[in-house]
Amino acid sequence: MNVEKQRIKKRKMGKTGYNFTFGLVLTVIMIGLIVLGFFWTPYDTEAMQGSIKLNAPSLAHIFGTDQFGRDVFSRVLAGAGSTFLVAAGTILIGGGIGIIVGSVTGYFGGWLDETLMRINDAVAAFPSVLLALVIITVWGTGKYKVMLALGVAFIPSFARIVRGEFMRCREADYVTSAKLIGVSTPRILFVHILPNILPALLSALTIGFNNAVLAEAGMSYLGIGVQPPDASLGRMLSESQTYLAGGPWCAVFPGLFLVLIVLGAGMLGEGILDRFGGGRS
Amino acid sequence: MMKVENLSIHFEQDGELQEVVRDISFCLQDGEILGIVGESGSGKTMTALTIAGLLKEQAVLDGGSIFLDDTDLLTLSAREMREIQGRDISMIFQEPMTALNPTMKIGRQVEESLVLHTKLSKEERREKALRALQDVELVNQEDLYGRYPHELSGGMRQRVMIAAAIVCRPKVLIADEPTTALDVGTQESILKLLKKLNQKYHMGILFISHNLRVVNELCSRVLVMKDGVIVEEGDAEKIFKNPQTPYTKELIQAIPGRTKSSAFYKLLRAKAGE
Amino acid sequence: MAEKVLELKHVNAFYKEGKQKKQVLEDISFTLYEGEIAGLVGESGSGKSTLCKCVLGLLKEYEGEITHYTKRPQMVFQDPFGSLNPKKTIGWILEEPLKVQGGYSKEERRKRAEKMLVQVHLPKEFYRRYPGELSGGQRQRVSIALALITGTKFILADEPLSALDVTVQAQMIELLKELQKKEKICYLFVSHDLDVVSMLCSRVLFLKDRKVEEYADI
Repeated sequence: MNVEKQRIKKRKMGKTGYNFTFGLVLTVIMIGLIVLGFFWTPYDTEAMQGSIKLNAPSLAHIFGTDQFGRDVFSRVLAGAGSTFLVAAGTILIGGGIGIIVGSVTGYFGGWLDETLMRINDAVAAFPSVLLALVIITVWGTGKYKVMLALGVAFIPSFARIVRGEFMRCREADYVTSAKLIGVSTPRILFVHILPNILPALLSALTIGFNNAVLAEAGMSYLGIGVQPPDASLGRMLSESQTYLAGGPWCAVFPGLFLVLIVLGAGMLGEGILDRFGGGRS
Repeated sequence: MMKVENLSIHFEQDGELQEVVRDISFCLQDGEILGIVGESGSGKTMTALTIAGLLKEQAVLDGGSIFLDDTDLLTLSAREMREIQGRDISMIFQEPMTALNPTMKIGRQVEESLVLHTKLSKEERREKALRALQDVELVNQEDLYGRYPHELSGGMRQRVMIAAAIVCRPKVLIADEPTTALDVGTQESILKLLKKLNQKYHMGILFISHNLRVVNELCSRVLVMKDGVIVEEGDAEKIFKNPQTPYTKELIQAIPGRTKSSAFYKLLRAKAGE
Repeated sequence: MAEKVLELKHVNAFYKEGKQKKQVLEDISFTLYEGEIAGLVGESGSGKSTLCKCVLGLLKEYEGEITHYTKRPQMVFQDPFGSLNPKKTIGWILEEPLKVQGGYSKEERRKRAEKMLVQVHLPKEFYRRYPGELSGGQRQRVSIALALITGTKFILADEPLSALDVTVQAQMIELLKELQKKEKICYLFVSHDLDVVSMLCSRVLFLKDRKVEEYADI
């Protein structure tokens, strides 16, 4: 009997604890590095040095140097920073507006819902990266414009998820109860209902964040995202392409950072769900 | 005939194992309606789920056996059990809203177990499904066949669920609080329906409820469960009239039927019956 | 004569089905008084839920006059698992009406919430608990506490017992009666269960074919 108890306890801990702890540690390390990159990098990210072109990783340059003799570690730190910034901005814009649109349409329904959701459908009909491309073509390139473009392109997916969840919750008895007490509508939307849709929202945000990281990298790779001399992980990948044989470290380390950021966010999101009463009731 | 012997179940909650059913034995004769009464936490639902082979993975069985005719269900593999589910044993649940798949047409859901357990053609399945819908006294079966659950009222959904459960003519139907979520008028009609089906197809029914009065209306024999054990067992009417254990007495007294003889009740009853 | 808490005069309500207007309630008039328990009985489809919505002020499209003589009516729901916000503590839930009304300090709010818990015979410690940690009967008590804390004298109880175990039902009935006497609460008790209705209510409103008929216990 006691043995049985322990076996079950262990299995449960393993299931829920693993994602959360690992994701948290990974994310904290990555954010730590990114924050560090904003204030300090071992070398100037833009300083070119002809004498040390495409040097392999060494003690002086732990990630090696690129084709212009720039320190890859410094550039990865800075590049991860702008990639992260763009992704975070995208989520802030897309998620923020998506939540507002989704909650209002889901809660009220009616013609407002019809109108907003039709617009939403129209926007969603384009793949989000393609939409961002169009917006970039109109507005021009640059870190903040990429952020804005991706943000707008990401609104529909959030709005749809939030709308569905609000529709599910608006009929709940506790919402009726809040109305009877006289709670104001914005408070019902954001204080009473929002916490209840957090599990769904959180996974949407995590997936969205990861998509945004990849979208930024993809756009920069195509040369329409973050512009030189600014570093970004996608841009570094694209530039290092030509030197893959002579200096694979120029591609490997930005790629690795990209994977770690996405992995950390993904696991953390899942871990939070496991730990804090996730699952949709 | 179904026979449960020395069944014990533990359940895991927050990493702790709790005993939910302790060493219970009973049998369900062919064509009998047996009621299991108990309050929340008495283990009645766990017992039902175990018989239906729907226990969650947190549950640990510690011995015992459940015989359906001569097979011990607890020794069957998951695959063999699936053969039995829906064909020999069916279950209906409390919540008709969630027990039906909202994205599937009524006809398809009623046919589900025919698809799984028979080699009937599409046309034959349709015919049987329509027949089942007729059995549960739903009208316009042809029209219903192509509808979705959300277009139906709670009582109708519960009937559809029963139709899906009986379409294979199971030997045993397990009904877990099938009327609790319905309003009382609908409740009574569902009870009547179950009784009719029981007589028509000689189908054994295990009826689980916290409501002694409902059980008394429907069942010939009753088990009273408390904290995982059977505290009293016997003829429904006898138990209702003359309960032997203090717990059953308490249950019966708690039924707000004490005023049944009052003039006001009679007046209301007459008005409601008009 | 006891004080009035609610008065309906010639209320008509309609249901829009496409362009057609279907009448759901026809010329409904009744008055409820402080400290009384009135039953509301009707088949599904009799317009009962429409009438409840009108009484609660959730449905504004009706003709006729509905007057409340007390604070906004509150409601106790059938399903004790859906009526309390699962992500908030009992304390938070109970304090919400006070926050809406304003003018209470944090300390005062807490004291009142705890007092209400005691009044419905729950331990003060429940203040910190989440609804998920409570049984159905306990949640139903919290719902009643929530109604009381608003200061209303009128509670619409929609099948408040039918999801509860029988022994818990009996305790709940005791609590409803106790509050009726002590706090002069008026209940409109919606139920299909004529046993409970005849035992608990002094008057019963029968809703049938859109109209209401009234019967009193003599």
